Amino acid sequence: MNINSNASQAINPSNGWVIQAENLTKVYKMGQVQVHALNGLSLKIARGEIVAIMGPSGSGKSTLMNIIGCLDRPTSGEYFLDGEPVSRLTDDQLATIRNHKVGFVFQSFNLLSRATALANVELPIRYSGAVSGRKDKARSALESVGLADRIHHRPNELSGGQQQRVAIARALVNDPAIILADEPTGNLDTKSGQEIMELLLNLNREHGTTLIIVTHAADIAAHSQRIIRIRDGVVEEAA
Amino acid sequence: MNIWQAVLDAFESLAANKLRAGLTILGIVIGVAAVIAMVSVGRGAQATITDSINGIGTNLVFVFRGGSEDVRNPKPITLGDAEAIADPFQAPSVVAVAPVIQDNGRVTFGRERTTTNITGVTPDYAQVRRYSLTEGEFINQEEMLGQASVVLLGSDVADKLFGRQNGLVGETVRIEGQPFRVIGVLQSKGGSNFSNADNQVLIPFSTAQARLIRHSTTDQVDLLLVEATSPQAVPAASDEVAQILRSRHRTAIGADDFTILTQQDFLSTASTITNVLTIFLGGVAAISLLVGGIGIMNIMLVSVTERTREIGLRKAVGAHKVDIMIQFLAESSVLSLIGGVIGIILGYAIAFAVAQIAKANNAIITPSIGIDITLIATFFSTAVGLFFGLYPANRAASLEPVEALRYE
Repeated sequence: MNINSNASQAINPSNGWVIQAENLTKVYKMGQVQVHALNGLSLKIARGEIVAIMGPSGSGKSTLMNIIGCLDRPTSGEYFLDGEPVSRLTDDQLATIRNHKVGFVFQSFNLLSRATALANVELPIRYSGAVSGRKDKARSALESVGLADRIHHRPNELSGGQQQRVAIARALVNDPAIILADEPTGNLDTKSGQEIMELLLNLNREHGTTLIIVTHAADIAAHSQRIIRIRDGVVEEAA
Repeated sequence: MNIWQAVLDAFESLAANKLRAGLTILGIVIGVAAVIAMVSVGRGAQATITDSINGIGTNLVFVFRGGSEDVRNPKPITLGDAEAIADPFQAPSVVAVAPVIQDNGRVTFGRERTTTNITGVTPDYAQVRRYSLTEGEFINQEEMLGQASVVLLGSDVADKLFGRQNGLVGETVRIEGQPFRVIGVLQSKGGSNFSNADNQVLIPFSTAQARLIRHSTTDQVDLLLVEATSPQAVPAASDEVAQILRSRHRTAIGADDFTILTQQDFLSTASTITNVLTIFLGGVAAISLLVGGIGIMNIMLVSVTERTREIGLRKAVGAHKVDIMIQFLAESSVLSLIGGVIGIILGYAIAFAVAQIAKANNAIITPSIGIDITLIATFFSTAVGLFFGLYPANRAASLEPVEALRYE
């Protein structure tokens, strides 16, 4: 656990950390009981890093992921994503941050089943308010994940690996600061899983995108440069 | 995200559930069609009634016995009153006066019989009511003075007794058992006309008074029809008539024992009634529109629940609250707008069908197609969609992205 008492002064948008979290706590009220999902967790992730977040269920791993992805706010503590003080933002400001700075890759893909691959990839651009060039950007994102010939297919016409590629294209189409992958290979067979990992690692190599992978699987975590282990709402060790 | 894109998306997602969308639209279609049909038929009926009141003659003043309820023992209106009103020095605005007595009676020809309105009239009646004849001639002065047993048949009566409206002059019909010679047939004034102008027989006033319609006071008249010199002279004529009757009946001030109605009075009464009727029917129809709106709300709530994960995903990739609101409001508005357009078309179709049925039953109703009611119906159906879509849309927009993504 980071014990830098002058954390708030140390935090500075221009110092190369894409993620700086200080003393995060998250308390859920389950009826009468208060559940402490995070207990003063601190961590930093550098720009361009590949990090795996691991931990048993109930460790606070999902809560941390939600906060890192700006889907949720910490109960207390400071969190800066790419220099933005996320813990003080409104819901709509969070939505804008997610749109510009975070690309999500989910275990279950979460594609819109009615929409074509192209329309799925266009979705983040649509919410960013851009009008022109939307189709071109989406198309080139699909090309970069190797699905140039599948842009008009719907998710049910694609294999699991291809669906996850569409999801990755969607995640990177707005050129985010981080890509947050939650068990990205969990629903895939070994071969497709490896291909997806290759793809993610390539993105990191070619574009320098920060890659944060939440996983149970040790072989997936092995691709990362650093493993952050979470237990009982704090960082257990940094390897 | 712009509105146009949201509308396109709405069409796409509604198309994914065609049956469901169709049934929801049907609810709105029925509501809007009912409103349109009711209002359009109601207005058509109003126009018909107004026309037929105008057909009575714009210069007419009607005089009845009896005033307000608290005037006791009203004096009957008599032929003497009619002569006084006909005097051009006392009533310069009056052109002609036609006293009328009437009662229901049985008219027979051979084995055919009908019960109809027996009206005793003077020769002036033809002018005052602007009657024309398909054949024969109107009652003349000699027949009037001679209490002749002659009759003019209304077109409906002629149809019922003879099955035709011409070649009837010279036939003999029996009224209450007494023989009357047919001297003419009245031209139809239209089936829905005021006071059954086609379902009556006209006989000389003197004949009716002496032999068919007995009143306790001799010379008593049921109704005076007074024709004013022009439509503008109607108020002056009714004032003059009132003055004459007040002095002849020696009524106390403010306690008239007679009632004067002009065509304007009939028109305003009739339009009050038809307006109330139209509003009532329209209101009943509006309830079905409301029910259609609840249908939209219901289906939108189902849709929001079904698509919780989709909403979560959209929020995760950056949709603002308002984007989600617009998405669902667009869907409910598209549903109601389509329903509204189809409903308007169907509503007018129903109105025309009703008009055809009415025509087959001899009542002429021309349904009115009003721009205003069309716009109101479109506006209301869209408003219904927006209003009933608001709660589900807000519910969707307020979903927490974390929870929504986790939803199974």
